[in-house]
Amino acid sequence: MTPVFGALARPARESPVIFLVEDNPADIRLTQEVLREAGVTHRMQVARDGAQALAMLRRLDGYRDLPEPDLILLDLNLPRKDGRQVLAEIKQDPELRHIPVIVLSTSHADADIAGCYQAHANCYLTKPVDLEEFSEMARVLAAFWLRHVRRAPKRGGPRQART
Amino acid sequence: MSEATESDGAFEILLVEDNARDVRLTQEALAESGFPCHLRVATDGEIALRMLRHEAPYADAPQPDLILLDINLPRVNGREVLAEIKRDAALCTTPVVILSTSHADADVATCYRLHANSYITKPLDFDHFVQLMRSVCDYWLRHATPPPHRPSKSPP
Repeated sequence: MTPVFGALARPARESPVIFLVEDNPADIRLTQEVLREAGVTHRMQVARDGAQALAMLRRLDGYRDLPEPDLILLDLNLPRKDGRQVLAEIKQDPELRHIPVIVLSTSHADADIAGCYQAHANCYLTKPVDLEEFSEMARVLAAFWLRHVRRAPKRGGPRQART
Repeated sequence: MSEATESDGAFEILLVEDNARDVRLTQEALAESGFPCHLRVATDGEIALRMLRHEAPYADAPQPDLILLDINLPRVNGREVLAEIKRDAALCTTPVVILSTSHADADVATCYRLHANSYITKPLDFDHFVQLMRSVCDYWLRHATPPPHRPSKSPP
């Protein structure tokens, strides 16, 4: 599946890349929308399941030319590979662990929240039901992570495929 | 800025910073940002770790919801403090935001590898610093879901 890019008129070549891992198409559309309205220029990549997410991050097979994302927004309940497992693999991978991972989930469960922080998620955001609140959250998230935060330098060059 | 000795449910921030001027600036910037919170200051890494572990004389120190950590500290340096926090099962879930004057890629990379939650380069002018603190508070106090609290007095 080809990555989906945000429909900005002319996304800057060097604008930050947000990598959204989410299986629900309506949620994908909504998240893209609120981030677009947040007013910080960016490009978006989307993976719809945990296995695809890791393949894209590791730039395997058809994904060799993908840019390294600046930020990962990760849902927990994903097909093929669960988001909790994806988080663990990202944060244990020396090639990927520097990328900020924001868990964006509807789960309010203490076990999920604590578990994600223990697995070194950079942050946990509980997805608001209210659209206004979600828009506001997206605005604050974009300002914080894309304008104010200094992100780790990217690992350069295409990566070797793992066997 | 309140310096209550007991947590009353307000957002607790621990600032680990040895430079008195930067402490004052951070306090002012947080106050101007208008978000209600309690700010506690540790002037070096060793004090910070004692506070976090409720070791004497900090047995009653409330558990912070957020740690703002300068990486250039005397005695135990900031990177060591970060590494200790993130290695400690009782402390590792606490979000740590690095506040540093260093722009160096190596410093940023090291902190993220040590599982800093975010890294922020301190702006030089006060207005930008206030704007930044506003963003930090807006994000971490209002929108982020913090890790569930452990009891404030951890068993030895």
